[in-house]
Amino acid sequence: MGSLKPARKKNRVIPGFGLSMGVTLSMLSLIVMIPLLSIFVVLSDVGPADLWKAISDPQAVAAYKISLLCALAAALVNAVFGTILAWIIVRYRFPGRRILDGLIELPFALPTAVAGIALTTLYADSGWIGRLFAGIGVKIAYTPVGITIALIFIGIPFVVRSIQPVLEKLDGQYEEAATMLGAGLLRTFRRVVFPEIRPALLTGFGLAFARGLGEYGSVIFIAGNIPYKTQIVPLVIMSKLEQFNYGAATSIALVMIVFSFLTLFAINFIQSRLNHAAKGAEN
Amino acid sequence: MSDPNPIPPNPASIPQPAAAARNTARAQGRTARLVLIALGVLFILVMLVLPLITVCVYALKQGWDVFSNAITDPYAIKALQLTLLATAAAVICNTVFGLFASWTISKFHFRGKQFLTTLIDIPFAISPVIAGLVFILVFGRIGWAYDFLQAHDLKVVFAVPGVILATIFVTFPFVARELIPLMQAQGSDEEEAAALMGAGWWTIYRKITLPHIKWGLLYGIILCTARALGEFGAVSVVSGHLRGKTNTLPLHIEILFSEFQLTAAFAVSSILVAAAIIILILRNIVEFKGRKEEHEHVR
Repeated sequence: MGSLKPARKKNRVIPGFGLSMGVTLSMLSLIVMIPLLSIFVVLSDVGPADLWKAISDPQAVAAYKISLLCALAAALVNAVFGTILAWIIVRYRFPGRRILDGLIELPFALPTAVAGIALTTLYADSGWIGRLFAGIGVKIAYTPVGITIALIFIGIPFVVRSIQPVLEKLDGQYEEAATMLGAGLLRTFRRVVFPEIRPALLTGFGLAFARGLGEYGSVIFIAGNIPYKTQIVPLVIMSKLEQFNYGAATSIALVMIVFSFLTLFAINFIQSRLNHAAKGAEN
Repeated sequence: MSDPNPIPPNPASIPQPAAAARNTARAQGRTARLVLIALGVLFILVMLVLPLITVCVYALKQGWDVFSNAITDPYAIKALQLTLLATAAAVICNTVFGLFASWTISKFHFRGKQFLTTLIDIPFAISPVIAGLVFILVFGRIGWAYDFLQAHDLKVVFAVPGVILATIFVTFPFVARELIPLMQAQGSDEEEAAALMGAGWWTIYRKITLPHIKWGLLYGIILCTARALGEFGAVSVVSGHLRGKTNTLPLHIEILFSEFQLTAAFAVSSILVAAAIIILILRNIVEFKGRKEEHEHVR
């Protein structure tokens, strides 16, 4: 209770609490919360039997698998390349480094539909890259590999931007000391650098994964929407909506929301541990 | 047979093994440096730059006339206007929300603050398709607001208001998320001092808070603009793809692409690519200025 009292006092010091809290809550409710809660209003009409039928529909189950696997594969690739990119941007000086740093954000700035059609054209059998792979009998566009490539494109900034600030703060002296003491490069990275960036890497990985699960614009063109093969979950929701099957669309949306929240929860958990660790180091 | 005259230990020679190790480590370091830079640059070239080049090359593949026809097509211009309208609405609405929400969360103490912060993040966590879906569930034929809308002859879903609402929804947290950590780090000592001296909230806000957060605010607005310009999934669900009416630029691109009008699709895309590049440059400038000011502030 002792900690509550000064808090209350502070409320009185700066004016405007009621107004700003009121505006914040009303806007949040009107734009986000009330529309979102409509999902549950609709689901209460659907009933548990139909809900389960929609969720466990084989086509939907196939889509869960494709979405999860592709998002996971893309997040793993991004974890590796994101670490490399963050490392070379922070630790090395080379011509074009600033441009490279600025380009990382491109997937955030470029509309997903533009990215989608560009990637599809590149990786189709007649495209610049697709042609190379078609020559050895590998198809990329309209396969899960294509989906993964689109998700790599979308996810890379999350990993780089999570790791970069941590690396910037990490003193290069420790790496130097490890090298001086005769530790090889891999060992220096594994024992000195990696433990420091691990929480940030996990956060970036989680963010990229979460984004990959829900991504729509950049994926639909390269996926090709073949049921059981390249249909991702958002596409299943979309096709249910086009058939005016709102109940099924909402049921599958519920599964996606649960997944996204679990991922978000995991990220928050990791981040709070990261904060604790940072505070521990300061003390 | 022992050496009668053992070589006296040369002080300079003792660290030799360590020095050798250091030299190999350095050589290793140089190779690693080259390999890592090559890998990183190659990744960016293939994954990010090549798609950009693709857009530009395909846009101009059939010559300038086809390109200029595609971007001056009346449907393309209508789509551009709707995109700009939705973006402006999203930026204004979300800036207002961001300013109020960040002020509430960073300057006051109350229960459930963490919960409120999490709620604000929700639009980031869910798929854009679901963001569109929720508005269908409110305003669409099965929605609980449908009868009311019918009675007043209003249309939200498959109409312009739906497109605007969906755009606002997906970009909702952008400004708030930039400002909250920034303002929390700055603390509220100066505001408290001003309040104790009798300043009202508007004076405090204008004279103290706003000058501190202006770069962060601008940064949030830039991110919000970028996302709003390109929003596809959510808008795609609520728009109904009515040409010349509810089509945004990204939806127009989708239609052109699915009709195999590749050149037109890429020509229209190049408008958005140009916007994206401008946004990236602005973002870097604002980030740089913000960082510089932060350093000056610390000093």
